[in-house]
Amino acid sequence: MDMPVLSTMRSDLATRLKPEAEAKIVARDVNVFYGDKHALKSVSVDVPDRSVMAFIGPSGCGKSTFLRCINRMNDTIPICRVTGKIEIDKQDIYDPSLDVVQLRARVGMVFQKPNPFPKSIFENVAYGPRIHGLASSKGELEQIVMSSLEKAGLDKEVRDRLHDSGTSLSGGQQQRLCIARAIAVNPEIILMDEPCSALDPIATARIEELMEELKENFTIVIVTHSMQQAARVSQRTAFFHLGILVEEGSTDQVFTNPKDKRTQDYITGRFG
Amino acid sequence: MNEHIVKSYESELSQLDRKVVQMGGLAEQLLGQAFEALERRNPKLADAAVTSDAAIDRLQRELEEQTIGMIARRQPLALDLRQIMATLKVAGDLERVGDLAKNIAKRALAVSGESHPKTLITGLRHMTDLALRQLKDVLDAFAQRDAEKALEVWRNDEQIDALYNSIFRELLTYMMEDPRNIGLCTHLLFGAKNIERIGDHATNIAETVHYLVRGVALTDDRPKGDKTSTTLIGTS
Amino acid sequence: MTDIAALTGDGPIRHRQGDAAAARVRRRYRAEARFKAYGIAALVVTTVFLVVLLADILVKGMPAFTQHSVTLSVPVPAEGFGDRSVSAIRGADYFPITRDALKAAIPGIESRSGERTLTRLLSTGAPDVLRDRLVANPSLIGTTVQVPLLLSDDADLYFKGVGTRIDSRAARGTATPSGTTGEITIESTAGDFGADLATVRKAIAQQVLRLTAEADRAQSSGATDAVARVAALREEIATLRTRLDDPKSQEELDSKAPSLLVAINDGLVKITKLSDTAVSGDVLLPLSSADPAGAGAWRVVTYLTPESNRKVTDQDVAFLERFKDLGAVHRDFNWLFFSSGDSREPELAGIRGALVGTALTLLVTLALCVPIGVLAAVYLEEFASKNNLTALIEVNINNLAAVPSIVFGLLGLAVFLNFFALPRSAPLVGGLVLALLVLPTIIIAARAALKAVPPSIKEAALGVGASHQQAVFHHVLPLAMPGIMTGTIIGMAHALGETAPLLMIGMIAFIVDVPAGLTDAATVLPVQIYLWSDLPEVAFQAKTAATIIVLLLFLFVMNGMAIWLRKKFERRW
Repeated sequence: MDMPVLSTMRSDLATRLKPEAEAKIVARDVNVFYGDKHALKSVSVDVPDRSVMAFIGPSGCGKSTFLRCINRMNDTIPICRVTGKIEIDKQDIYDPSLDVVQLRARVGMVFQKPNPFPKSIFENVAYGPRIHGLASSKGELEQIVMSSLEKAGLDKEVRDRLHDSGTSLSGGQQQRLCIARAIAVNPEIILMDEPCSALDPIATARIEELMEELKENFTIVIVTHSMQQAARVSQRTAFFHLGILVEEGSTDQVFTNPKDKRTQDYITGRFG
Repeated sequence: MNEHIVKSYESELSQLDRKVVQMGGLAEQLLGQAFEALERRNPKLADAAVTSDAAIDRLQRELEEQTIGMIARRQPLALDLRQIMATLKVAGDLERVGDLAKNIAKRALAVSGESHPKTLITGLRHMTDLALRQLKDVLDAFAQRDAEKALEVWRNDEQIDALYNSIFRELLTYMMEDPRNIGLCTHLLFGAKNIERIGDHATNIAETVHYLVRGVALTDDRPKGDKTSTTLIGTS
Repeated sequence: MTDIAALTGDGPIRHRQGDAAAARVRRRYRAEARFKAYGIAALVVTTVFLVVLLADILVKGMPAFTQHSVTLSVPVPAEGFGDRSVSAIRGADYFPITRDALKAAIPGIESRSGERTLTRLLSTGAPDVLRDRLVANPSLIGTTVQVPLLLSDDADLYFKGVGTRIDSRAARGTATPSGTTGEITIESTAGDFGADLATVRKAIAQQVLRLTAEADRAQSSGATDAVARVAALREEIATLRTRLDDPKSQEELDSKAPSLLVAINDGLVKITKLSDTAVSGDVLLPLSSADPAGAGAWRVVTYLTPESNRKVTDQDVAFLERFKDLGAVHRDFNWLFFSSGDSREPELAGIRGALVGTALTLLVTLALCVPIGVLAAVYLEEFASKNNLTALIEVNINNLAAVPSIVFGLLGLAVFLNFFALPRSAPLVGGLVLALLVLPTIIIAARAALKAVPPSIKEAALGVGASHQQAVFHHVLPLAMPGIMTGTIIGMAHALGETAPLLMIGMIAFIVDVPAGLTDAATVLPVQIYLWSDLPEVAFQAKTAATIIVLLLFLFVMNGMAIWLRKKFERRW
């Protein structure tokens, strides 16, 4: 019995390990403190443009914290303090002159629990473009909404019920609606904080397929507890443990041959 | 290495290792029996060898099922993934080793009535010993997750190849000397070839062990000693 | 893992079997049943109290929603209205017109006192209907108009059943009255008054017994004035004894005994002196003639409640019964209760002033509370940095919610009236004070509602690039709105029922006019209840209960609205 698996894996590895596209997000020496708690310790990582990067690690390891640094969502927590430097396209996002609202328009976010606004499907998607003044007319707004829904793979399912409440959709549809809402303001980066943890496997597969398509146009950073999901969707994976970025590398490398013993132990389920 | 949080997973993995080692042991034993049958022209031993191959085949099938099941159920990653894949590959290699050894045993039945030259048998014995050592070493390397030992096995295959070259030439010479030897010598030649192939499988296993331990494949070219495919009669 | 092992492993599992376990299960079920029983009992007790309270209020208050009037043909004289302009008609003197109409309805009342009694049966506001009719249609002047004339509170109450029970029996003999008006005597051929006399004598006999007992007690007490007292009692007993011993004696009736009357020849005579076959008394309703009346043609009437125990005199009763016999008395819905302001006359008093005052006061409260309260809550909940200062403010807001309302009244008195010199008794000031009272409640409710909005909604808005303020005002606040509205309405209901602080700022005055603006003197429903509950007139008791009913309905509607709003805007997320 001949198993071609390893050999193809090898060639795949080779192509994927080629010099990366220019980094979209560059984080250097990022520290986060919650009051006295040092939640994130000197994290440095590059996220390549137009690809999916996964952050994995046990609960409380700082991966979500780091994700929330990228769109400065941590600013909403009063006791949270961030040091170090995070650049998007070589622009420091913690520069005091940078408007955080503009930043969040550039860096969309999808949350763990689908959280559509309790408004109509249309209003959910139209809200972002409206507050940012992206559409000059009603027709234009409709166009943005429809194309966002289409990009999120939801247009066929909701075309006839655009004015139903967003909360009337199924969990998976709600999450795709949230993705459509994020896309509607035309961001460059989409952050996903465990987007499938509340979904069934089929809905999860749909989202994963969607991420595959979205990465052509967006840089996606996903935090996930499912290592299988990280392995399926991402090109690069970073493993966080106790606030430290333990290992970062191509997904194939991290999941077949992790360099660090802590990574090895975590992904094989040996954590003591 | 820490234990798995899921204990049944841990025990399944160690079971895989045990079965590979068991298979390896059977394969070694089979090769030994087959060669002894050839050397002593003992049909009984040859029969025994043929039947013990069935046990290897059964183990290989079991391992195959078990690994597939584990992939489906456990979705192994990293070391576990490599171990399961390596097990699958090693089991395949060992099954081939078993088949080749069985083939030698069958040839031993075919040539049991004839007497064969001592020098030839000595050469073959030497080769078999080498192959058996390689097998043993590579299985030890597998069991101990010893990449260095595996690399050693990988490099040592050259010796078997060299030995095979000389036996090949010797057999050719015999056959040219006396055409009556052709029947016997052909069988012996195939036997030698089988042993050489067993050596190749041992290197395959060594490569697998290396991948299992280090996580990267051996990409360098292996030193090859088998030049028979380019050897013509009388050209040496 | 070790825990699981301890639970499922070799640990003892005896606790699942045996009698002890069964007993434990039974005990658990019993405890549960007991708890349920306590709950149901508590509920039953509450319900009983509530039902009793409500039933009491309803029974007391319902009569106030109707009113009796007597409809008479009122001849309106052509003179007396000046130039017949509206002001002249309004200014005319209606008292003689209604008085004459009454006298026409019951002919033969000549005496001044009889006339006064007759006119006193009407409310002072009785001519209002006639006046309004004439104002609306001056051509009626000089004609005869059928007008319902409002009865006075006592007369009204008489018809509502607070008067007396009336017994009447046909007489057996032939009676001969000695006259038609004034004091007359009536002789009966049969002993028609024997039974009554016996009743009176029995009462006297009882009186004798009681006095004797009292005399004995006085004698044995040995007090200083005992001798004189005993002597007086003995003398009284002796007089009574003489009266009892003389079978022919005439007994005088007093107001402490049921009134005895004779209805004869379309007239009514109140008996003052009674003997076996003859009575003498005052004519209450004039007799048509002094002819003898045969057996069955005249009747002996008893007003069972003694005159001294009721608000209406026998004369009043006689008139009212006559009106009733004429078919002139009507019971109508008491529109006046809702359309007029306060009055000293119970039959004219209404809650319009209090209702409008309440509405104006609540309007001021609402206009102040909702924006200030909601914005304060939004700021504290969403924007204020969490430091000691905000913590202090938070504690104080919670404390304010528990401050007695009278303190707010004093504050309003000191600040709004004395310092800012705002008008006393005005809905504006009342609203300001109640706003102070309700603000903490609304802030607390609004904060709770804001806190109940899942943070994921705010995060979602922030995530698409909304500013903090946009996120709060576009998403969080609308979602919190049902809760805020519920809290506000409950706060308003609280304000609606508040009396104490309003007393301090003078909203307790007797105010007849319906307030027309925020600075007019006004009162509110609960204060009106408080005011009326203090008044001596019996009719005001019913008014008080009726006002309570209105207030309860008001509260009911407000709370119903709160529930409706919550159901309507409640969202799922």
